[in-house]
Amino acid sequence: MPRASPVWRRYLAWGGGTSSYQEIEETDCILLWGSNARETHPIFFHHLLAGLKRGAKLYAIDPRRTATAQWAEVWAGLDVGTDIALSNTMAREIIASGLANREFIDHATTGFEAYRDLVEPWTLERGAAETGVPAAVIREMAHTFATARRAIICWTLGITEHHTAVDNVMSLINLALLTGHVGRWGSGLNPLRGQNNVQGGGDMGALPDRLPGFQHVENDAVRAKFDAFYGVTVPPKKGWHLSDMFNAMDRGELRALYVIGENPVQSEADQHRATRLLEGLELLVVQDIFLTETARRADVVFPAAAGAFESAGTFTNSERRVQRVRKTLDPPGEAREDLAIICDLARRLGHDWTPDAEVIWNEVRQLSPVHAGMSYARLDQHSGLQWPCYDDQHPGELFLHGRLWERPVRGPRAPFSLVKHELPLDQLNAEFPLRLTTGRRLAEYNTGVQTGSYASPTRRGAVVAPVHVDQGLRPGLTFMTFHFPDDVATNMLTSDATDPLVSTAEFKATAVRIERA
Amino acid sequence: MSHDEISFHLPPPATAIPAPPPQPAPTMVPLTIDGRAIEVAAGSTLIDACKTLDITIPTLCYLETLTPVNACRVCVVEVEGARVLAPACSRQVEAGMVVQSRSARVDLSRKVVLELLGSSVDLSTAPGLSEMMAEYGARPERFQEVIGSASAVSSVAKPIKIDNDLYVRDYGKCVLCYKCVEACGTDAQHTFAIAVAGRGFNAHISTELDVPLPDSACVYCGNCIAVCPTGALMATPEFELRKAGEWRPETQAVTDTICPYCDVGCTLTVHVQDQQIVKVTSPFDNDVTRGNLCVKGRFGFEYVNK
Repeated sequence: MPRASPVWRRYLAWGGGTSSYQEIEETDCILLWGSNARETHPIFFHHLLAGLKRGAKLYAIDPRRTATAQWAEVWAGLDVGTDIALSNTMAREIIASGLANREFIDHATTGFEAYRDLVEPWTLERGAAETGVPAAVIREMAHTFATARRAIICWTLGITEHHTAVDNVMSLINLALLTGHVGRWGSGLNPLRGQNNVQGGGDMGALPDRLPGFQHVENDAVRAKFDAFYGVTVPPKKGWHLSDMFNAMDRGELRALYVIGENPVQSEADQHRATRLLEGLELLVVQDIFLTETARRADVVFPAAAGAFESAGTFTNSERRVQRVRKTLDPPGEAREDLAIICDLARRLGHDWTPDAEVIWNEVRQLSPVHAGMSYARLDQHSGLQWPCYDDQHPGELFLHGRLWERPVRGPRAPFSLVKHELPLDQLNAEFPLRLTTGRRLAEYNTGVQTGSYASPTRRGAVVAPVHVDQGLRPGLTFMTFHFPDDVATNMLTSDATDPLVSTAEFKATAVRIERA
Repeated sequence: MSHDEISFHLPPPATAIPAPPPQPAPTMVPLTIDGRAIEVAAGSTLIDACKTLDITIPTLCYLETLTPVNACRVCVVEVEGARVLAPACSRQVEAGMVVQSRSARVDLSRKVVLELLGSSVDLSTAPGLSEMMAEYGARPERFQEVIGSASAVSSVAKPIKIDNDLYVRDYGKCVLCYKCVEACGTDAQHTFAIAVAGRGFNAHISTELDVPLPDSACVYCGNCIAVCPTGALMATPEFELRKAGEWRPETQAVTDTICPYCDVGCTLTVHVQDQQIVKVTSPFDNDVTRGNLCVKGRFGFEYVNK
């Protein structure tokens, strides 16, 4: 499943977008990086359009000339996988032009000198040659961003579905630190999450190294709190990311898997390998609303209720707003709420849990300081609250990291990261001369629910699909969606090269050739 | 394994709770409505001012989230000293204004406007319209009697347009309020798939070159349906149920939940009849959506219907 990299929390501590939707309406400069928000986040884009009407300048940084790019001041059509080269070039231009926010850098950051030295070779000429973006465009973006009174960077999977996912995000954080565009009204860094409640999953600790509320599992004090609350011992070591799990299956270390609401047979990169590994498990349990291709291979299938319509709970959105989800329909047949299934399973394992969403939410509030003030009553009253929300009086925070502007700085200073440009691992050559990138269309979504046929082989497989010429793609670039895996299994082609820290697969950069079928 | 401090410990809470920059206090404007003196912020409209006094002004083409277009004239009020009645939806307050929200002149104007609309347009599916007609004693058939037409709405009756699976356009019910054009255009969606074409009796809502919707710029967000005050634009499930005589809003459970697709977090107001989702809307006063949704949020529910 394509997923946004949650690891940027390593550098600003919180795993969430820093700004509110309201701020995108009141900012002066927006860098939309690797995001076709016009089609993938249409209602967020309404807020962005309000900002443009107010006079904000939008720069669309994307290999494809998308529907989003049509609204931009300039479309910066970079070559796939050259994001760090572009951001480092912008940084070098900002520093060389004397536009870095030295006051903020000295006050709230660390590691600036090393960063300056790292980006020093990235002149406009070199950046233009490496990225394919004209030097004048890079210069204009750098100057507009640095001199804007307020500026926001937003990104989507175009930044994170690369083997350099973490470094790509870090390079954007560097730009914000360099210019002081973080921790203030209308200035910030915002990942637009691809799937509903990706943010909520992270909030609740569905990450290998975190307990609910982004509390580190290897922190003894944090674990002691959970141990005392539950009367058990939480394992003191972080777990595996999804791609780590597949590697562990390969090594025979992971032999049983319980998959809830995910379809890795069709959504994982390098589908051949994913399918082989899942079929080799001793036990595969799948809990889903559909009998997916993964469920078909399962030993046990738990039919589940549809999250948004047939069960109760909360989702957290891309502005950190926790909102209530309410049951509107009874689930069909034997399907049951996820919570009921999990609590039944727990009962068989000797634990008596209450399958009630509000009871469990109140447990979260006791253990996660950033959610403590979000009672169901308050969530109803305020149409959701944005974390952190520390107590019953706290209104929630519109933007994060205001502490960096306090004097003296409250808490640790924010470090620059030394990130280097690396091309995608699936390199182009004479045999595979074209770049394939993937994405989502307006009316479709993931693997759930267009003249002439052409075959498109890569190093991992080949598919046959109709082609059409898209003027929005630069020479050498091809694009496919992954929505209809039963018709065209795009992820047969994609590379499972992953980021070493978060194991996000490089869905966005595959080397292909195209032949007449 | 070593941990940098910043990822291992949560940062301390900010000393001050983050807030937008302070706005200068608005200039207050004094005026009198129905003999009651009030002060409202400069730039407010008369309809805003009436709301603060709990005075309800009838409207058709007005919506909080859209720019007023002064098309329907149902909201007119009397401003002392003014030659003509003023549309409350767009007229801004001025110091010392004396306003009558109901007067013989206002009531007569509203009555005639409703009669003219009702005699030329099928208002049978316009929510609240029959109550409004009764309130002002509007009798659209008066004009029918004058022109001697058999059917009150025959003068501008038009065939229903069904050219896609998601919604139906019945322009025999259109009062040309422009709301759909605004929602599709600069007030929300910025898709510009529709506009008013033609003049006079021929004025109508049209796609570019009057092409069918699937050939137009339409992205099927349905934000036009959400703002339509008469049911001229209607999602297919509601249209089909009404046709079958099975549309029963009084039996529908209406529940707010959050959209299951992307992570913008749009509130979906789900209308359920007989364990089927029959309509999805979003509240106009919701800060995330302002009543707008995309094609997935508004129409992507068939997978949970049995």
